[in-house]
Amino acid sequence: MEDIAWHSATAIAGRVATGALTARAVTEAALARIEARNPVLNAFTDITAERARAQADRVDAARAAGRPMGPLSGVPFAVKNLFDIAGLPTRAGSAINRTRAPAAYDSPLITRLEAAGGVLLGALNMGEYAYDFTGENRHDGPSRNPHDLARMTGGSSGGSGGAVAGGLVPLALGSDTNGSIRVPAALCGLFGLKPTYGRLPRTHSFPFVGSFDHLGPLARSVEDLAAAYDAMQGHDAGDPACADRPPEPVSASLGKGIAGLRIARAGGYFRRSMMPEAAHAVQHIADALGIASEVEIPEAARARAAAFLITTAEGAALHLGRLRTRPGDFDPDVRDRLIAGAMVPASLVIQAQKFRRWYRDAVLRLFEHVDAIIAPVTPCPAPLLGQKTFMLDGVELPVRPNLGIFTQPISFIGLPVAAVPVAGTLPTGVQIITAPWREDIALRIARHLEAAGIAVAQRPQEP
Amino acid sequence: MTDAELDAFMDASAAALGISIDPEWRASVRANLAVVFRMAPLVLDFPLDDEAEPAPVFKA
Repeated sequence: MEDIAWHSATAIAGRVATGALTARAVTEAALARIEARNPVLNAFTDITAERARAQADRVDAARAAGRPMGPLSGVPFAVKNLFDIAGLPTRAGSAINRTRAPAAYDSPLITRLEAAGGVLLGALNMGEYAYDFTGENRHDGPSRNPHDLARMTGGSSGGSGGAVAGGLVPLALGSDTNGSIRVPAALCGLFGLKPTYGRLPRTHSFPFVGSFDHLGPLARSVEDLAAAYDAMQGHDAGDPACADRPPEPVSASLGKGIAGLRIARAGGYFRRSMMPEAAHAVQHIADALGIASEVEIPEAARARAAAFLITTAEGAALHLGRLRTRPGDFDPDVRDRLIAGAMVPASLVIQAQKFRRWYRDAVLRLFEHVDAIIAPVTPCPAPLLGQKTFMLDGVELPVRPNLGIFTQPISFIGLPVAAVPVAGTLPTGVQIITAPWREDIALRIARHLEAAGIAVAQRPQEP
Repeated sequence: MTDAELDAFMDASAAALGISIDPEWRASVRANLAVVFRMAPLVLDFPLDDEAEPAPVFKA
């Protein structure tokens, strides 16, 4: 049978639309691939095979009936296991939640991808309650990096990174509160999109920190990322933070190039505390874009501290009841952070929120002079599974919180970011950051870099 | 804050919040609290006007 595992989503949809492939054949191939590789990658925690076959048959029936074919016809996808999937308990990486009643509804993002012809194959591994940058999970075992099985995928959307980079599905959804889409995209060598805060509805997904929670896609090509993003846009009243603005599709403008765009590189904070591989990745992208200017994102270290405090306090408030009644059922690393978070004085959190407004206004002023800013995603390529510390600028630091030092100050104010991969012995990633609601610019730059062979989702070596 | 001060804060807060901390978890919770109070001055020392208010991130 044709090896579909490394086809792009849009290539699959195109072939299903013409009848060169059936959605059912694509689905069976993906299920076989998951059966073969998931025991190694540990990306999927639930496989929805019967649902997938039924949806694939609906797509094939639609074609047979001559109905219009959606842009993701027959495309296999999977979602981080904090998205509600009707009929499954939404475990959110925890042991506690898997004993809850099955979800009654699907996330609207699943519904929208299926309406575009997508085929949901299951739910993906993640760090417990998304409080994690590693992709390790105490209850389900770690997500493993397809480029080196001894290494982390990054997290918390670890299974989303592993599933797409490992060729199990061409498209996955993740969530990003402080970097949880961008970090696994970088460490697994993928394209990832964290849209503007409020762009995609979070209805029927398990929250972490309402102030910063975002949902978005990971893929091996920019075109796939854009196709998924376009299919998912639109207001949903179930999410109080979802902006009531019409969809602004980006797929048609991806190929517009970068002429006329003012692109700068983030200096200061974003030039320190990284390993040579990360510095090289940013330089590689900066050179390819001909970047000559640097901007200082003001008070980025303070922004990270404020994001940290709000995260730990809001996350703790969400879980306080469970911390009181079932503390022994948490991942100890998550529990002990959350217990400390529950004790953060309220005045500190409120001050952090006030600072956030100051910082937002200051950063938005930068976009009067530039259209995009590039910065590293992580300070290093994928650490080893179980690795607790690493050295940055001669200082030994804990891995778990510090993988997100460059992503946290950006999601803190909800700016859209495309993470693009730079190939190497191990992949790394670069953030393309734009003004609110300008995902189109970030993705145009990403597509330009991809077309030039600079940003590449490298295929892992397999035994 | 010293370890003793952190321990006192942890015990008082845990009692107020109704959280039981197993003796084996104490060192880890204390370490996390120490991070909180290392981060705190970065936020508290930043001068803001009395009129500064939090705001929603972006309006459509």
